[in-house]
Amino acid sequence: MLNGTEDEEKWLAEGIAGIQHNAFYMHRALDSNNLREALKYSAQMLSELRTSKLSPHKYYELYMRAFDELKRLELFFKDDSKHGVSVVDLYELVQHAGNILPRLYLLCTVGSIYIKSKEAPAKEVLKDLVEMCRGVQHPIRGLFLRSYLAQISRDKLPDIGSEYEGDADTVMDAVDFVLQNFTEMNKLWVRMQHQGPGGVREKREKERSELQDLVGKNLHVLSQIEGVDLEMYKETVLPRVLEQVVNCKDDLAQYYLMDCIIQVFPDEYHLQTLETLLGACPQLQPTVDVKTVLSRLMDRLSNYAASSADVLPEFLQVEAFSKLSNAIGKVIEAQLDMPAVGAITLYVSLLTFTLRVHPDRLDHVDQVLGACVKKLSNIPKLEDSRAMKQVVALLSAPLEKYNDIVTALTLSNYPRVMDHLDIGTNKLMAMVIIQSIMKNNSCISTADKVEVLFKLIKGLIKDIDGADVDELEEEDFKEEQNSVARLIHMLYNDEPEEMLKIICIVRKHTMVGGPKRLPFTVSSLVFSALRLLRQLQGQEGDIVGEEASMTPNKIFQLLTQIIESLSAVPSPELALRLYLQCAEAANGCDIEHVAYEFFTQAFLLYEEEIADSKAQVTAIHLIIGTLQRMNVFGVENRDTLTHKATGYSARLLKKADQCRAVYACSHLFWVDDQDGIKDGERVLLCLKRALRIANAAQQMANVARGSGGPVSLFVEILNKYIYFFEKGNKQITSSAIQGLIELINTEMQSDSTNPDSVADAFLASTLRYIQFQKQKGGVMGEKFESIKL
Amino acid sequence: MVLVLAIGDLNIPHRAPDLPPKFKSMLVPGKIQHIICTGNLCIKEVHDYFKTLCPDLHITRGEYDEDSRYPENKTLTIGQFKLGICHGHQVIPWGDLDSLAMVQRQLDVDILVTGHTHQFKAYKHEGGVVINPGSATGAYSSFTYDVNPSFVLMDIDGLRVVVYVYELIDGEVKVDKIDFKKTATAPSAH
Repeated sequence: MLNGTEDEEKWLAEGIAGIQHNAFYMHRALDSNNLREALKYSAQMLSELRTSKLSPHKYYELYMRAFDELKRLELFFKDDSKHGVSVVDLYELVQHAGNILPRLYLLCTVGSIYIKSKEAPAKEVLKDLVEMCRGVQHPIRGLFLRSYLAQISRDKLPDIGSEYEGDADTVMDAVDFVLQNFTEMNKLWVRMQHQGPGGVREKREKERSELQDLVGKNLHVLSQIEGVDLEMYKETVLPRVLEQVVNCKDDLAQYYLMDCIIQVFPDEYHLQTLETLLGACPQLQPTVDVKTVLSRLMDRLSNYAASSADVLPEFLQVEAFSKLSNAIGKVIEAQLDMPAVGAITLYVSLLTFTLRVHPDRLDHVDQVLGACVKKLSNIPKLEDSRAMKQVVALLSAPLEKYNDIVTALTLSNYPRVMDHLDIGTNKLMAMVIIQSIMKNNSCISTADKVEVLFKLIKGLIKDIDGADVDELEEEDFKEEQNSVARLIHMLYNDEPEEMLKIICIVRKHTMVGGPKRLPFTVSSLVFSALRLLRQLQGQEGDIVGEEASMTPNKIFQLLTQIIESLSAVPSPELALRLYLQCAEAANGCDIEHVAYEFFTQAFLLYEEEIADSKAQVTAIHLIIGTLQRMNVFGVENRDTLTHKATGYSARLLKKADQCRAVYACSHLFWVDDQDGIKDGERVLLCLKRALRIANAAQQMANVARGSGGPVSLFVEILNKYIYFFEKGNKQITSSAIQGLIELINTEMQSDSTNPDSVADAFLASTLRYIQFQKQKGGVMGEKFESIKL
Repeated sequence: MVLVLAIGDLNIPHRAPDLPPKFKSMLVPGKIQHIICTGNLCIKEVHDYFKTLCPDLHITRGEYDEDSRYPENKTLTIGQFKLGICHGHQVIPWGDLDSLAMVQRQLDVDILVTGHTHQFKAYKHEGGVVINPGSATGAYSSFTYDVNPSFVLMDIDGLRVVVYVYELIDGEVKVDKIDFKKTATAPSAH
């Protein structure tokens, strides 16, 4: 191979040298107005172009050298005062050149001047030239020759308004000329594929692609001819170009030329000739990448539509969408072995087109999706990942365009397309849908839309046959489930009836999620239902009692069922929290037995399921905190629950935890509301019990570690004494407080080897507080006055 | 001027899907020096999001938080102020300012940042200031039927802290501010 290029370099160099050599003499002849000599040397010079040894790339270099020289020659020819020969005679004279290639180059050069002189109609000269060039059938040489012809004739075409237009010369003649040159050039170009040694196909194709613009240039010229209006394009130009394109049966040429037509001619023309243009597509070779051609056409038309609103009616008038849709259908049908990815890419382009041009036509969108479904149904199992990607692109396009999932949910074929995705891609798409909803802050507000939505995301909600849940990384799984949980809050309707329906649908779908998914989804569902409860409460005044279907009790039953499902996981800590939330809600609805029932469930979980000591501490505080806020309970129920709470508090594992939980319980006997319980005695009992526990803790610490224990506990209890003292609990006396302070001081001093600076600071600020209250004056000041520091 | 974001009780994904878009567009990285989070984020995504706003992140545990390793309470010093954080479900009665004052004394801090009730509060007492930034997502709360999304930005400058509270009311962000000054012994409100 290296030898090949080296040789080519050598031949090119020789060719260039030959041209320069003859050009030198030609110049001398020109300077001395010696026509004969000029012709002789120019012919010799042009003979260098007769070589077959060069690749197109190198031939081009040689050609350009010759071209430059021919320009000078042309100048000389033009000035007949220099050589004294008329152009007509000159035209005849140059035909005496020995070899055909130089002869034809010279003829074209003279022909150019001939036309300029107007001594003959342009059309006749052009026709003569284009036919004469037939004499060169070698592809590369022929292409460059005809390219030269195209070049020099360019500004001499009898176009409308040009100086060459006349009775004998019309635009039609210009068009005929260019079309013929184009046709011949294409034939030569195609012939290259089959000529020469059976060398590497790739090399040949590369060489051909180097020459493609020579052929394409003719189409450019056609597009520039003023006289080629829509009419002429439609009736003459396009049909003849397409005829050549189809008949040449060469895939390289067909692809290039179809694309060239699309890029070179105005979009307006394409719209009006859509049927013809598209009609050629199924006739192309099966190896032509027609989907790219169609995609580019649709892209151009999309941009055209976007350029101005005035243009849109045209699209409707020519029924662009249905024509494109049909064409695509035909192409897919015709090319049976087109891989799935090809077909789907076409649908993506078509969808993009209709979204750009007719965004309001949802039926178009659905139609495209439907066509895709049909194609996918014919494939037993879609395994190509690129095809999958395209399907995802297809499904994502409407989401991005409409920014509103609800619109996509109305497309009947949307779920059908999703059904054809493999499980992994299905889940991916489900996530795309959820992300679209979250990003656009969309709200889905009707039960049937929610139903459709949950069918779409079913891959995330439950195990689909064949899917292996364990395969998924834990992180990814969490992300998925958290997305579903967040999604649930985007489903909302302020009509309670409808909202209940929505909740029931979500419940139906999520309850079959299995123990791995329930912890994520149950919470969202519960809070959704709690919000509905509030909605209902808000409307209570207006309901005229007929709404038997919707009562708080109904919702509480639903809540119970939902939370109960957590036992399958099992998730006792979460369930406990949710039961307590429900208890508070029942309190708000003033339904005592329901609130009691929820507390029962919470306590049962505490007793039976929550064994971890740290978890117990939190759980008991949650129970105490919730119970403290309950005002719906009668004395008996309240007593039972309080008794339980204090009992469990005292039985926590660590003494310090016991102490804190017990003094927290003191608040169960004192509620600051107007009607709240204010049982001073039981408050004090609790605090004393806490003190005893703190003492025991101290002793244990002494024995176990030989040093002081948590003095802080005492200071905390002191603060509680002060709290209730301040609130007016008569059972708490200032002397009790003083005694406690002394006790603390004693403890601290006895443990001077191990100073507890935290507890010190705490005591100090507590004492500061007492001081502050004293200085307040008034009732408070008097009260605190009795505490001697 | 040191900016401290106090934020919490987002309850994502249990009670809310996300921060309100208007808040998200206000909270940009690089503007805030510290973040104090009262708890109940609840998931790692929220933690990571806060980390992108500011690397100095302090979180305490809420009862629904996924990460059980967050501490029950935390103290830190910013400039002249000692701050304490505690979610508040541990402090009974919930939302009771006197009980919270006890915690403040116990932690020995000037400013106690706490949550759980989803109600914005900035309360000055003898021992210091209690700030509850509310719920940044306006999540369901058993304390009130009317939760507006809110968060707090504290500007700590020497002995003075200006508390800006941002609340989303009827779709509009409303800002209010309260000044606190710390004397040698205790802060006082203006």
